[in-house]
Amino acid sequence: MNTYQLLTVFVVLAASAGFFGWRRASSPAFLQQGRSRSRAVYHGSYTVLWCTVPMLIVALGWLLVESWVIRPAVIETLAAGGVQPTANVAFQYLEIRNIAAGVLPDTHASEAVLIAVEHYKSLSSTASNIFAALFLVAGVSGFVYSYRRISAKFPAREQVEKFVRFFLLASSTVAILTTLSIVMALVVEALLFFKHVPLLDFLFGIKWSPQIAIRADQVGSSGAFGAIPLFAGTLLIALIAMLVAVPIGLFSAIYLAEYARPSVRHIAKPMLEILAGIPTVVYGFFAALTVAPMIVNAGAAIGLSASSESALAAGLVMGVMIIPFISSLSDDVINAIPTSLRLGSLAMGATRSETIRKVILPAALPGIMGAILLAVSRAIGETMIVVMAAGLAANLTANPLESVTTVTAQIVTILVGDQEFDSPKTLAAFALGLTLFCVTLVLNFIALKIVRTYEERYD
Amino acid sequence: MLTTDKKRLQKRHRAETRFRAYGVLSLMAAAGILFTLIYSIVSSGYTAFYRTTLLLDIKLDAERIAVTPPYSRNALMQGRYSSLVKSALYAQFPEVTDRRERRELSSLLSPGAELAVRDYLIDHPDSLGTTIALEVPMSSDFDQLYKEHLPRSGENIRFSEQQLQWFDRLLEEGRIEYGFNTQFLFGGDSRYPELAGIAGAVVGSFYALLVCFLLSFPLGIAAATYLEEFAPKTGLTRIIEANINNLAAVPSVIFGLLGLAIFLNVFGLPRSTPLVGGIVLSLMTLPTIIIATRASIRSVSPGIRQAGLAMGASPVQVVFHHVLPVAMPGTLTGTIIGLAQALGETAPLLMIGMVAFIANVPTTPLDPSAALPVQIFLWAESAERGFVEKTSAAIMVIMMFLIMMNLLAVIIRTRTQSKVE
Repeated sequence: MNTYQLLTVFVVLAASAGFFGWRRASSPAFLQQGRSRSRAVYHGSYTVLWCTVPMLIVALGWLLVESWVIRPAVIETLAAGGVQPTANVAFQYLEIRNIAAGVLPDTHASEAVLIAVEHYKSLSSTASNIFAALFLVAGVSGFVYSYRRISAKFPAREQVEKFVRFFLLASSTVAILTTLSIVMALVVEALLFFKHVPLLDFLFGIKWSPQIAIRADQVGSSGAFGAIPLFAGTLLIALIAMLVAVPIGLFSAIYLAEYARPSVRHIAKPMLEILAGIPTVVYGFFAALTVAPMIVNAGAAIGLSASSESALAAGLVMGVMIIPFISSLSDDVINAIPTSLRLGSLAMGATRSETIRKVILPAALPGIMGAILLAVSRAIGETMIVVMAAGLAANLTANPLESVTTVTAQIVTILVGDQEFDSPKTLAAFALGLTLFCVTLVLNFIALKIVRTYEERYD
Repeated sequence: MLTTDKKRLQKRHRAETRFRAYGVLSLMAAAGILFTLIYSIVSSGYTAFYRTTLLLDIKLDAERIAVTPPYSRNALMQGRYSSLVKSALYAQFPEVTDRRERRELSSLLSPGAELAVRDYLIDHPDSLGTTIALEVPMSSDFDQLYKEHLPRSGENIRFSEQQLQWFDRLLEEGRIEYGFNTQFLFGGDSRYPELAGIAGAVVGSFYALLVCFLLSFPLGIAAATYLEEFAPKTGLTRIIEANINNLAAVPSVIFGLLGLAIFLNVFGLPRSTPLVGGIVLSLMTLPTIIIATRASIRSVSPGIRQAGLAMGASPVQVVFHHVLPVAMPGTLTGTIIGLAQALGETAPLLMIGMVAFIANVPTTPLDPSAALPVQIFLWAESAERGFVEKTSAAIMVIMMFLIMMNLLAVIIRTRTQSKVE
């Protein structure tokens, strides 16, 4: 049976389970048993759950069998036929599946692949027959079991609600599962990487050239994985971005919160929201198309040579991207300050700017620091702008007119295109990812902590 | 004494004005940059919605196309059209006979010219044997020349003197037309800028967002409902909450690594597909939806809950029959904003292989496909001059979708606000 047939069976079984459960609970015989504890619709829902959940469990089991039993077996036949599984096993397996399904023609396939295809066909037809039988049995027996429990005394509503609560709890753990799988994925691959390259060499090495030569006698065949140039480039660009974003964002927030008339606010706030909503790839294109040539021309005019992919271009545009982030967070912080502080200062004869500088900003400082830390974490993790505008040369330089590269840009460059999961080059991306994840995690943690304690102070 | 006071006061007032000016300047700087960005995109991109075509009289000779009756669709698909188009072009310039010159002449035409003839013939099989006047696309360089994006003279000029003369003569004869580029809106990607379209990317993005919505909307509401209404104040709940806040701030490229290592390598899901893209995007959208839904549930008046409970409804019934429907507008607004963010995400899609060159428009979420932001990235990285305007135009398209989604969110928000008031 194929997926669509299974889906049809699933829907039909579920619908009929619901219908029969509901009909039994609203039949005259049922109503004679006395006052029912639940409405008929709950009895129907109960049978639907008992029918569908077992089927879903079987389907999940099938997916596991597919990837953990059939897939290795097929790849083994492939290896026995003389085709060494390359790093891109997933692709080879997909090809075999596609040939077996008739999506791909088998004219170009080698002998070994054809044998593997046959093996896959026989394995999967046996397995899918067993699976289809199990699927049906699970659904029908679940239905029969629940159907026979329907009676006036049976607390169907409580049972259904128990399930609903369980589903709600399970959904809320998806966030934890996501974090766990991020950590797992990063740590597992990064550990493989640290087998090739010692941790200290990675963290403190000053040469980064991940290209590993195919022939041993080529220059730079070993590859160098010192990440200091990447960290330096990331920090340089983040610094430039903050130099742009903090003053503009902060002053915009102060003006909007303390000075602006409502009509100005009605125009300025949506404008900042538009700035915040522009996809980063658009900023990247803007940096490469408009800002970088402007910098090159301006540099040439005053006798400085700027690279066409410079840290300055990426940093400036990233700063623009972060302006709305800083201004909206600071706006919230400033608005949270009690009016009594403001009025007290004004009553003492201070001008508004004096009130802001001497009373409001000191009071809002922790919140603003939190906002800036969150913004730094964003700048460090931002990818598309640096990929498109900062370049790929791992220069260790503090000159913003030169091309630098960043952690995120390297991750993308390494992983776009062909990947080999046994080469340190590919694994290096995961080590970089782990570093990035840890740094942003710490920054976010501190920032949220600061903001939280600050919020409590004025609550 | 008095004058020093006055002076000091003046100084303080000047400082006040200055301080205020900084605020105005900052806002103006932000507005200026936004304007520059929009201007530079629109001014370099609007021409992509037009293209230059050449009107040729083409004799549809069955023998030269190498088709024999019956003229089925398949047979016509496999016919040879290149020489038909070329001889129609040579017929315009009978004096050009030299082979090298003819090659230069034929570079006025796009490789898509023969496809245009083929598609015409498939639509009108009866016209076989007749001579038709057909507009065929010109090559990217001449398209750009017409749009004045490439210079006619100077360094690195891409045209020979003769080509420019031919071009001018065709222009004088009125054979060069400049019209709306339907292929850009409805076609798939291509290696040739003049033939490239964004339909594949738009459909890919649509499927990815659909998968993202189907996963993150129910899960997000369920998680938010649990945390707001049922969760006991235990350590586990606190961990979940901290986790959600943290996930909202994890860099998007990390989600790409997750998708690559877990969904592609462990679960073996198909690479480059909107399905995997949608799953990864849904993990990123989930925190946004959860946070918005929680805020929206919290703002539901406790009176509604108490009234429901007082009437004998169970807590689950109160939540599903009363609280969630009232909280729905806020949830929808949060979901739309989350989806708008997901539409612009690029980095995670790059890592799960949605950068492959795919010329077909996908028909299901399981077909390999591009996505709008990735298409922008791909075109932006292309060397040909003709792709610059395509990139800008694709940006205009994605911005249009984003504006529409945000407008929808604003409409939902204002409508419910007026209802409550």
